[in-house]
Amino acid sequence: MIALEAGAVSLGGRIVLRKVDVRIAAGEVVALCGPNGAGKTTLLRALAGLLSGTPRRDPRRVAYLPQGASCAWGLTVTEVAALGRIPHNDFAVAPVTRALAACGLIGLRSARVDRISGGQARRAMLARAFATEPEVFLLDEPTADLDPAAAHEIMALLRSTAHGEPPRTVVVVMHALDLALRYADRMLVLRDGQLVADARPVDALPAAAAAFGLPYGVEPNPVLLPPR
Amino acid sequence: MIRPLLAGVLLLFVLSLLTGPAGLSVPDKFILLQLRLPRAGLAMLVGAGLGLSGAVLQGALRNPLADPGLLGIGGCAALGAVVAFYWGVAAVFAPALPLGGLSGAAVGAIVLLTIAGRGASGPSLILAGIALSAITGALLALALTLAPNPYALAEITFWLMGGLEDRSLLHLILAAPPILLGCALLLRLGRRLDALALGEEVAASLGVPVARTLRLAAVGVALAVGAGTAVAGGIGFVGLVVPNLLRAWMGERPGALLGSSMMAGAALLLAADLVARAAPLVLPLTEEPRLGVLTALIGAPFLVRIARRVAP
Repeated sequence: MIALEAGAVSLGGRIVLRKVDVRIAAGEVVALCGPNGAGKTTLLRALAGLLSGTPRRDPRRVAYLPQGASCAWGLTVTEVAALGRIPHNDFAVAPVTRALAACGLIGLRSARVDRISGGQARRAMLARAFATEPEVFLLDEPTADLDPAAAHEIMALLRSTAHGEPPRTVVVVMHALDLALRYADRMLVLRDGQLVADARPVDALPAAAAAFGLPYGVEPNPVLLPPR
Repeated sequence: MIRPLLAGVLLLFVLSLLTGPAGLSVPDKFILLQLRLPRAGLAMLVGAGLGLSGAVLQGALRNPLADPGLLGIGGCAALGAVVAFYWGVAAVFAPALPLGGLSGAAVGAIVLLTIAGRGASGPSLILAGIALSAITGALLALALTLAPNPYALAEITFWLMGGLEDRSLLHLILAAPPILLGCALLLRLGRRLDALALGEEVAASLGVPVARTLRLAAVGVALAVGAGTAVAGGIGFVGLVVPNLLRAWMGERPGALLGSSMMAGAALLLAADLVARAAPLVLPLTEEPRLGVLTALIGAPFLVRIARRVAP
């Protein structure tokens, strides 16, 4: 469970996020949606305690994956995932292997992250978060450059992680509203730094549609099929 | 990988102790203690400090082109030494030269940390280093143009090219503590540098104190490289080349490169110094080639190779 009560956040003199008060329980997948510049990333960073004035988080409890995270060096997939153990200050192998397996990377474990596809590299970054074995996942567009099948796989993984035993808290910034509808338990819609909706995805959809200025809606007969 | 490197360093160290102006020989105790040991010891320590500093800076700044010279501390040490030269203090009081260098490095480190500020980040550190380099470069040039006599000018230029000839036990005693302290500080940063591979934001989310780590890296480099430059003059390329060479063999995880870069830096400088001493024996030279010149001549081709490998 993670909670944040904070005043306005301004970056470079511009108010990016107005007053926020969010509480997210364990066992929930929360989709954070909204147009570009609405303050999604800022809210996620505030939740992660990375902005000045926000409460510091225990890095063993909270794993944060920024947008477009990349690795400066040609580390192997296993080495990248093992970086998640830094907060625990150990070199335990088992959690890293579990993380690689969960993210479907066992076959690529000794490949260099700069020599695999963008989507695979993204999964390696996600494996780093899993290797921390945190209670809270804060993920900024983890499915951004994945193909639809891989995106469904990752979202299914996040959902089963959140609903697993013990339950985890998963907050995902995402633009794919269809994925949010399908996999999230709750949707937060941000618009101009303001939280305009906080409800079940189906109920929050009109607010999201209004925020994007697009005529989004849900068909009475869902057209999305299960991934397999 | 560490073991063969350590063996190589020890071998080169012994070889260095046994090499004199007339070739290989077992020297008497006085020569061994007063001439050979300071020279071999300094080559090893200065090289170790440069190699390790290069590895740490490249890791901290996430850039394989970072070089210890980037922070401008070497330039400050050189300026301090040149000031000692310039006022003729060095001629009267021999330790003035390394002491001047050490003071220059200390002042430089304080200025660098002040410019970079409390919230130091990679770019702020680089910019502070470039500003410091520009100032010391200008002041060095000024000292050279205003040199009291042509002899001083030649002497200063010669010293700036780096070398380890005629160094005494005093040099070793002055330089060893800061270099060892700097290395000890830098060797502890491995895990944090690993985290920084994913960027400063992720490192911070993993609980790594990013600004503090960068400041520690700068202090460690200032100690190791500042003291090295104070006793050996300007020796380039070691810090830049060594980690890049090792990356091809040992993988690119920054923390895994620290110990090996330290060893390989020591080995490279011991080898370069041996080449410097061997050169007058086999080539028609009246003087030893300067050490800084040799490291650049040896280092540049390696860089060309790396450039070819990096090219897609």
